[in-house]
This record gives sequence, structure tokens and C-alpha cells, in this order.
Amino acid sequence: MEHTAVGAGAAYFDAATTAPLHPAAREALLAALQDGWADPDRLYRTARRAAQLRDAARASVAESLGARADEINFTSSGTAAAHSAVLGGLAGRRRAGRVLVHSAIEHSAVLHAARFAQSTGAPKTRSADAGPAGPDETGAIEVGVDRLGRLDLEAWRAAVTARGVALAALISASHEVGTVQPVAAAALACAEAGVPLYVDAAQSIGRAPVPPGWALLTASARKWGGPPGVGLLVVRKGTRWLSPYPSDDLYRPQPQGAVDLPAIVAAAASLRAVLAESAAEAVRLGRLVDRIRETVARTVPDVEVVGDPVERLPHLVTFSCLYVDGEALLHGLDRRGFAVSSGSSCTASTLRPSHVLEAMGVLSHGNVRVSLHRGTTEAEVDRFLAELPGLVAEIRAEAGM
Amino acid sequence: MIVLDCRGQRCPLPVIALAKRMRDVGIGQVVRVLADDPAAANDVPAWCRMKGQEYLGSPEAEVFEVRKVS
Repeated sequence: MEHTAVGAGAAYFDAATTAPLHPAAREALLAALQDGWADPDRLYRTARRAAQLRDAARASVAESLGARADEINFTSSGTAAAHSAVLGGLAGRRRAGRVLVHSAIEHSAVLHAARFAQSTGAPKTRSADAGPAGPDETGAIEVGVDRLGRLDLEAWRAAVTARGVALAALISASHEVGTVQPVAAAALACAEAGVPLYVDAAQSIGRAPVPPGWALLTASARKWGGPPGVGLLVVRKGTRWLSPYPSDDLYRPQPQGAVDLPAIVAAAASLRAVLAESAAEAVRLGRLVDRIRETVARTVPDVEVVGDPVERLPHLVTFSCLYVDGEALLHGLDRRGFAVSSGSSCTASTLRPSHVLEAMGVLSHGNVRVSLHRGTTEAEVDRFLAELPGLVAEIRAEAGM
Repeated sequence: MIVLDCRGQRCPLPVIALAKRMRDVGIGQVVRVLADDPAAANDVPAWCRMKGQEYLGSPEAEVFEVRKVS
């Protein structure tokens, strides 16, 4: 069986899924495995040492994000953080209603949490919920995007003022096509309507600034070069967030269970390191993405480069090739030593095309997402651009096109 | 009307079949594509936009109509 590992000589272009571990994360992880393995909530010396590390990590992340230390919560993944934000944000606003407003291009973790909240309903255990004018509405309001993947702000403004809206969710920038969303304007509309805003900032943290105005924010350490298995849930002071999970006797309401402290320490260290270099990296990677956008459009016939060409993440670009099977393209690229991902249905477990590409109304088959990181070189990008047109032509020829 | 039955075909096969069929279709003629792949509802109109053909819409589920205009 043919196999090409991503290693020496291979170009890894899937940082939007997981960025390679940052050297600062590796160093901090090894140190914390030595020093921070105990449960930080116990009352002995090893635990106090772990608690110091946890508090330092929390303070460091808070400083990196311009938040307060007591607003920072660590979860077991970005997905867990997104679930917590949606379910806990809705639970905290039960008296206002149950409706979640969200963009059509949210991450599937957000959409699944929304569906879960609807299917279970908020538990109706309080008699206050029983009144006819009470918050008995369920369901979500989805707000569309245009062909470039930009939120329809007018529809958003109307949606957040609807009756019974408990929470609004907006991704900071599309994880599939890179289009940056108008978070500041959306936050203003939410503030005027008195609706808390949840921003899924997984793709932006460490890459691009996220405007203020949110009540809840989540991120995922592996996207910025931290280890996998660390999510971040930031709950702004004054926001009512109730744990949607059964708690235990030991802790105040918070994401469940013991956290992976060494990984958290590594996540905090890498976030700090990444932010220090992010402005320069955004310029460098932004130029490489510009080159990919321009070259692919010029050298591959019948291709659609998708997403906003200007208001976009610096490190991510997506395009779709007409008449090309996405899975064949991914495997062809893998054989040539390129790791990319795809939003095409044939590459998805659901066999449905990406809901993001569908919401934009752009071609969904033959789709490739290229996402770069600090280790990406110009030579790798040029080799990709040199090999892509031939590979696409080959796959098309096999299909008789 | 020309009917192109692509039921049971996975993406991008219905769009490939449409593109091939459209080569011998006269300007103004309509091709009706039957396709049950979930991507077709998105990719047939996207193909029309990219190739400068007119997408007439989906009169019913899994049916898509395209007019050759160029």
C-alpha cells in the first residue's frame, strides 16, 4: 500500500485543523509533566505546585486575550468549549427565552449543540416557565451569508431582536473559507437588543485580533500550536452562564472534571509565543495565501477560489475545482506530499457537502482547504502550485473531461 | 426537454454528465437533470454560474433545470 507520511520533505497545509506543536508548547509541556501532574485542588504541596502552574497559565491566557483571569475556563477540547458556550449560555438566559440566533457558517460543534438544546428543550422544572407569555419558544434562527461568506448583517439585526432570543452565536472567521465576520457590528446589534453574543474564535486566536463586545468566547489550543485536548471558554464578567452538565461536590460550576494541566500550561506558553510573532506571520502567510489565490485562479481552468479576497484570515485559502472528485484530489496531493483538507461531501463522514460552502452557494465538489503555519515555507507553497494543475488535469482526464 | 438521469451518482458525476451532455445541446434548449446526490442542489447552479449557463431552478426535489444560453 502506498503511503507517504507527513514528515521530512512533506508539506503540511492543514493548520486550521491542527497546527504543528509550537516549540514553546513542547518545552512547557515537558516541564509541566514533571511538575504539574497533581490535582491542583488538593491540599498538599504537590497540589499547590500544580495550582500555581494552573493559576499562572490562567493569568497568562487572560493577559494574552485581554480578559480577567477569573473569566478564563479550560475545557477538554475546542468542541467541548463550543458545546459549553452554547448550552451554558442558553441555560443562563432561560428566563429571556430559548432561541439561539446563529450564522449559517458556524462550526458543526455549535450547530450540533444548538440542535441538542432544541431536542432536549431547556428542562421545564420551574413554574415560572409555565406562563403563556413565558419563554416557551424553541428553535434557532439561522442567518445567511453572501457568496463571499460574509454575514448578512441586516438579517442578523432583525434576528437578534426577535422574541425569545437567549443567545446569538457568530464565528469570528470561517474555519472553512477564511472570511472574517463583522463581529464588532454584530456585537453592537446584540448589545442594543440585550442579547449576549458568543464568538467562536477558534480560527482567529493567535492569527488575527478579535473585536470586543462578546459575552462568551471559545478557542482551541491545537489551532494556535498548543497541544490537542485543550479548549478555552471565556465568560465575561456579568454574563450568566450555567453549567449544562451535572456538577460534582468539589467545584464551583465550571466545565466538567479534571483538566489536563500540563497541556494547559503548554497551551498558555504557546499562545504567548504565537501572539508575539503573529503580526509578522500574518504578513508573511498573507502573502503566500495571496500567491495561492492568484496562481490557482490563473493556472487551473474551471476553478473557483472562494471566500473574501480581502477580509480574510491570513493563513487560510479554499478553492473548488470543477469536475474533480475531492477525495481523489486529497489522495493525489497526499501522494505528492501535501496534507490538505476538503469540504467536499465525498470526504465527509456524512456524505453531505460542507454546510458552509452550501450557505455561500459556491461549488462544493473538488474542494481543497489550504491552511498555513509558522513552519510553512515559500518553497513548499511553490512546489504545491507547480504540481496542482497537472494533478487536477489528470483527475479530469480520468473522468473524460 | 432533454432528461439526464443521474440518480445514484455521487458528486461530481452528475455535473460531469451535465457538462458532457450540454456540448451537443442547442442554444435555448433545456436540460432536466435528475440527481439525488445531496451536493447536486448546490453544484448544478454553481456549474451554471461558472460556465455561463442559465439555471432555471428546481421544480421538485432532486430535479434541476438548466438552459443552454452560450
